[in-house]
Amino acid sequence: MNKELISLEHISKYFDGQMVLDDLNLTIHENEFVTLLGPSGCGKTTTLRIIGGFESPDEGRVIFDGQDITALSPNKRQLNTVFQKYALFTHMDIAENIAFGLKISGKSKNYIQDKIRYALKLVNLEGYEHRMPDSLSGGQQQRIAIARAIVNEPKVLLLDEPLGALDLKLRQDMQYELIRLKNELGITFLYVTHDQEEALTMSDTIVVMNQGYIQQTGSPEKIYNEPENAFVADFIGESNIIDAVMVRDELVQILGAKFACVDRGFGENKPVDAVIRPEDVELTDPSASSLSGEVTHVIFKGVHYEMEVMAGGFEWLVHSTKMFPVGTKVGVAVDPFNIQIMNKPASEDEEAAGIND
Amino acid sequence: MIKTHRVRNLFAAPYLAWIAVFILVPLAMIFWYGFTNESGAFTVENIAAMARPEHAKALWRALYLSVISTLICLLLAYPLCLILTERRTGRQGMIVLLFVLPMWMNFLLRTLAWQTILEKTGILNTVLSALGLPALNIINTQYAILFGMVYNFLPFMVLPLYNALAKIDPSVLNAARDLGANEWQTFLRVTLPLSLPGIVSGVTMVFIPALTTFVISTLLGGSKILLIGNIVEQEFTLAYDWHLGSGLSIILMLFIIVNMVLSALADQNGEASAL
Repeated sequence: MNKELISLEHISKYFDGQMVLDDLNLTIHENEFVTLLGPSGCGKTTTLRIIGGFESPDEGRVIFDGQDITALSPNKRQLNTVFQKYALFTHMDIAENIAFGLKISGKSKNYIQDKIRYALKLVNLEGYEHRMPDSLSGGQQQRIAIARAIVNEPKVLLLDEPLGALDLKLRQDMQYELIRLKNELGITFLYVTHDQEEALTMSDTIVVMNQGYIQQTGSPEKIYNEPENAFVADFIGESNIIDAVMVRDELVQILGAKFACVDRGFGENKPVDAVIRPEDVELTDPSASSLSGEVTHVIFKGVHYEMEVMAGGFEWLVHSTKMFPVGTKVGVAVDPFNIQIMNKPASEDEEAAGIND
Repeated sequence: MIKTHRVRNLFAAPYLAWIAVFILVPLAMIFWYGFTNESGAFTVENIAAMARPEHAKALWRALYLSVISTLICLLLAYPLCLILTERRTGRQGMIVLLFVLPMWMNFLLRTLAWQTILEKTGILNTVLSALGLPALNIINTQYAILFGMVYNFLPFMVLPLYNALAKIDPSVLNAARDLGANEWQTFLRVTLPLSLPGIVSGVTMVFIPALTTFVISTLLGGSKILLIGNIVEQEFTLAYDWHLGSGLSIILMLFIIVNMVLSALADQNGEASAL
């Protein structure tokens, strides 16, 4: 792990008495691509704005590179932001937009010229110096916004849903573009999005947030394969979240049928939630599984078929490249390592707080 | 296609008729009167009459009073609009409405009210003497006319300025701060240039009626202080010299055209260059 760069300590924030962030702790390391992921209103943008200096926390401290910057104004922070709606200066041309921060800090004309050329090359928009922002497409404007931020050589680039306004194809291209940029620049990216696919594609670390609390922090693989609670499982991809009972270590009873699993340490006969990804459900001959049912819906999705199977009183979501027509009797099987066991939240509040962190 | 075009053109007819009858014909008449004498012969005398000392003096007075009142309106309105747009409390529309509210009352009434306030034995001096302060002699001076202009035309500055400032996306200001600009630099390099279109239309909307007013100067300036608007008015209503009145208005029109060209240029520069 690289050196710690930003650390949020016990951050709380209220808007009009409404809690937005509650005792949030987060550490971001140098040269890391961290994504804050969550539904709208989960506090991810507020967290970003607190780091950027546009909001001040009601409680807690922001530590940047060992310094407490909680009270520092945005223009004195060594980080730059790429805003959701680009926020380019429409009264300046592209070169002047990119030069804005450099002119403020009093850099020489030659240095600024070189930087503009370098930044435009980096975002693949060479020769756009004298265009006006309004004459550029959304994707180009966003790349200028990125260029404008990175010429100042920030230690951290904050990105607030920067691809939200772009269409799907452009968004995917920009995701690769951002990964490339991050690798070329070697700086920390802190990215905010509600798009789980975007988060999984680009991040080193994903921080899943809901209702002002961090639900889970981890690598994309870990978040996807081992969600710690029902919220994370449900928010990241699609999943079957089923009431189950942990009979003993490595054996779980789901809907009356016993399944081998790999989880240990939950105790005996303990009620738990079992999470099974739709692509991990295998449909077999009814006689080959202890749990059987009937296919109720089939939709062709391109890469796979999406099927619903009524088995054991639960409607299973199944993704498979092999199609079973509606009405087929099937058995449901799952490989042991594809069953993720989670403690049941004791109450609604604990569910929001992700208490099993 | 051709048919729908014809139908559409038909809808434009009332507006074309309006433009012809109420804009082009009167304009042509002003020019005709302005360039002829009583016998109908061509002359530039009516235009040259602006050089007469009493006319030149009235024009000069109107020019500097309207420039000063425009500046005062701008200096009063800009901070107000800045505060209103920065504090997005949800009530700013109400406050703008309050500033614009006087426009709902009759212009003459409002100006007459100022007469009552500024009179020698008026409300202002009554209050001053009650406080033991010396009386002010404002009515029938240029200051009274300035008061009247600023009071009457301030809403015309507030509205376009407020609209221009409210249109600026707060994230653009955040971006400037983010890129290292302090509040003052953000104002000079971002807020001010982005609000330039509002400044330009506000200035135009205050300057032009202030330059041509004759009501304010009549009511608050007594009969002593004549602006060019008063001279033109008197030529039409007292002297019945439509030719001279028209000639002088053509000169006045020139000043207005110059102002509009200048503001159009300023606007373009504002869009094109930043610093």
